[in-house]
Amino acid sequence: MSELYRFSIKDKLKGLLERKFSSIEITESYIERIKNFDSNLNSYITLTEDLAIKKAKESDQRYQAKTNLPLDGIPIAHKDIFCTKDTLTTCGSRMLSDFVPPYSSTVVEKLDNAGSITLGKTNMDEFAMGSSNETSFFGEVKNPWNKKFVPGGSSGGSASSVAAGLCSAATATDTGGSIRQPASLCGLTGIKPTYGRVSRYGMIAFASSLDQGGVLAKSSEDAAYLLSHMSGNDPKDSTSLKEESIDFTKTIESSLKGIKIGIPKQFFSYDLPDYIQKNIEETKKELEKLGAIFCEVDLPNLDLSLPIYYILAPAECSANLSRYDGVKFGYRCENPKDLDDLYLRTRKEGFGDEVKRRILIGTYALSAGFYDAYYLKAQKCRRLVAEDFEKAFKKVDLIFSPTTPGTAFKAGDKVDDPLEMYLQDIFTIPANLAGLPAISFPTGFHNELPIGMQLVANKLEESVLLSSCHQFQKITDYHKKWPSQ
Amino acid sequence: MAITIEKKLLKEWESVIGLEIHVQLNTKSKLFSGASTNFGAEPNTQACNIDLGLPGVLPVLNKEVLKMAVKFGLAINASINSPTNFARKNYFYPDLPKGYQISQLDSPIVEGGSVDIISKEESKNIRITRAHLEEDAGKSLHEDYEGMTGVDLNRAGTPLLEIVSEPDIRSAEEAVSYLKKIHSIVRYLDISDGNMSEGSMRCDANVSVRKKGDTNLGTRTEIKNVNSFRFVEKAINFEIKRQIGLILNGQEITQDTILYDSSKDETRPMRSKEFANDYRYFPEPDLLPVIIENSFIDKVKTEMPELLEDKRIRFINVFELSDYDADVLVANRDIANYFENVVEITKEPKLSANWIMGDLSAFLNKENLEINESKVSFENLANLILRILDSTISGKIAKEIFEIMWESGNDPNMIIEEKGLKQVTDSSEIEQLVDKAFMENPQQLADLKSGKDKLFGFFVGQIMKVSKGKASPVQVNKILKEKLEK
Repeated sequence: MSELYRFSIKDKLKGLLERKFSSIEITESYIERIKNFDSNLNSYITLTEDLAIKKAKESDQRYQAKTNLPLDGIPIAHKDIFCTKDTLTTCGSRMLSDFVPPYSSTVVEKLDNAGSITLGKTNMDEFAMGSSNETSFFGEVKNPWNKKFVPGGSSGGSASSVAAGLCSAATATDTGGSIRQPASLCGLTGIKPTYGRVSRYGMIAFASSLDQGGVLAKSSEDAAYLLSHMSGNDPKDSTSLKEESIDFTKTIESSLKGIKIGIPKQFFSYDLPDYIQKNIEETKKELEKLGAIFCEVDLPNLDLSLPIYYILAPAECSANLSRYDGVKFGYRCENPKDLDDLYLRTRKEGFGDEVKRRILIGTYALSAGFYDAYYLKAQKCRRLVAEDFEKAFKKVDLIFSPTTPGTAFKAGDKVDDPLEMYLQDIFTIPANLAGLPAISFPTGFHNELPIGMQLVANKLEESVLLSSCHQFQKITDYHKKWPSQ
Repeated sequence: MAITIEKKLLKEWESVIGLEIHVQLNTKSKLFSGASTNFGAEPNTQACNIDLGLPGVLPVLNKEVLKMAVKFGLAINASINSPTNFARKNYFYPDLPKGYQISQLDSPIVEGGSVDIISKEESKNIRITRAHLEEDAGKSLHEDYEGMTGVDLNRAGTPLLEIVSEPDIRSAEEAVSYLKKIHSIVRYLDISDGNMSEGSMRCDANVSVRKKGDTNLGTRTEIKNVNSFRFVEKAINFEIKRQIGLILNGQEITQDTILYDSSKDETRPMRSKEFANDYRYFPEPDLLPVIIENSFIDKVKTEMPELLEDKRIRFINVFELSDYDADVLVANRDIANYFENVVEITKEPKLSANWIMGDLSAFLNKENLEINESKVSFENLANLILRILDSTISGKIAKEIFEIMWESGNDPNMIIEEKGLKQVTDSSEIEQLVDKAFMENPQQLADLKSGKDKLFGFFVGQIMKVSKGKASPVQVNKILKEKLEK
């Protein structure tokens, strides 16, 4: 049973139901894999072995009593940004290196209630700020396809663990591309739903108006299984959409025939490497085979996305991270001599460089005299970007682009050049600004590193994204590849 | 430090004052969480994950506060903004758990409106700029911990309505009159208990001075967190004198935040560091703009209680009370309610008003009680008044009975019965008393008959004394006259 990790979620559920293997067998096989392989990857911050075993036993009892739940016995991992009651939740920061929340996030609660088994909490860029998983207080995460390369970020731990078969699928969050970029770099399917589709309650905030929880999985179908049991209205999150959760696995077989896919001409003004250009053409051909019709769309304000994002996200983060002051919970500096000293040293020692950089940018953008020129202007421009998409979706069903400007880069390559690092998110940020659902899916390899492409859909159209990728994955096998151990 | 400035000099100046009043709304739970808002609980027992600002928690607006704010808006003829937006006000302080306060900046829920106050016996209109919702902070406890500060977050997240006036106020007396008016409105609307000593109502005063006739405003200072009517008056008066004193000395007023120290009765600027804040307001991304439907406002309108002004006019017109009586009774909604309950039974407004404003008030004041805590219920007071009206007892005996009622909480009828205080109205009984008095005082009788009219009072007194006050004075007078005329 050592190959259980290669099973899709659908096949795992089938095998569990037919009692070909038990929940405890699956869970133990994953724990063994984590113990064998994660020391090279560092994809987990916390392993919840005892709890997982206990839950797996309960799961088996349910299967025996035929009271099994929709995801019963599926071992998954949670990005360490989701609060887990009584289990350490660090957000990748020294600031929360001892924080054990007295409550669970809605996402964790829902997936628990669906019978899934939590193996542990995955590594991430500190407070979800980063595109390479090099900003974590708990160390860099490696890309399983080549350990010299980064897995992407900020959900790098989730991506690395799914790609290496150290969990069936993992939760993740996406503020500017933190699900899709690591999906692309690790050869996974990663979906960021419509803003408000998945509750943000208990998901540690980076930039509240952009943050959205989602899934990193081996396939679109696996992602559909998890998303069905994560989404839905939550009275604890005022920005949560009214729509109840949908079973996305039911619509996954929908055909691509007649689906109109737009390619924004603006995306191709960027200097993309040849292998990406080539992959775009190849992917396009495959999608056309499935009946999709391509055309060009105009998103005139697209080039504003990156500057808008790097004002709004830091502005919101500067306030969201004010609560980490050493007073009530989390890290506190030793022997503060007065209140200012407590604040200054706690935040100086507790936060890493990238977090500090963004707090400074955000504080500046909101300061008296600069607010109108930066924050307010950025909000207005955000509206323009959203309107561009609204217009485009009157013409097409989906919008297609590469997910990232290239394959994974080497660890250390961009860490001292924040602007170069920020360019990683140039294709993914627009969907966050407009609150639209988007998916990244594997479309090929270059030098044995995965390439990913992205589809963006209109609000609440996650089912089209999932079914389109699923159809593509039925005629391709990039998503079935595993890195060598 | 007392400041003395010649009265003549003071008269050349006028002060310009605007108030920011923080009213704690009396909801059961907090503005953005389900935690209780009860006052006086053990520190940090009434703060939930949301009030503590733990990572990942989110605010959910308590709908009850919208209704309360709308009520206030309607009471001052203001406009209600829809959508109304929340914003984050950023600053660091240990009793502010999130490092920002959720407040309102653009489109506050209530905008515009005004109230009338009485100033120097004339009515004056004070405009209100806005009233917005915000969450309260916790409390820092500096005294109880040697060299450290304790933080109690029970109050964190309690809903506040901050009411900001235009600078229409011209004296400390007007400021108090305005503050009392707002106090009365929130109490009438039952949206706050208005208890200033518990901090349910707090006030910041913006004060500047200028030479009379000047149209430009002087530099203002802000007196922070004054928590009684008396202190507001004292603090403003002190600050006015301090500012005039500085100007007369050739010094500049700086835009400071001022602390009023009630123990020394003085105002002094706080260290600049304590208020040098750029609050970096921006729209609260965790809350959507709140739409307030017209149908909701219409529904609140139907639930509006009668306000002070309307009640005052009704008391004068319907109960034929004097302006003074009406003013006193309506000043406090609970007193007005008590009065109406008594009149409902007695049907005698004037006598009921006299009892409430007289004996009852005196007893309440003596023991520092609110009317809701009165030891004499409105039913008991009404019954007492009824017994006066049907001549069972005299007004004098009623006062004695009232005292017993206050002590025992008993029904007056029972007390009259038990103590045998029933008034003697039986004329034959009184006739006997009169005859007895004539017999015992022959000289006085003779003098009276010969024209010493003053002695009539002497005989009334004698008879009342012998009857231990129980004889009906009306009856005694009547029978005495009849007997003398015979």
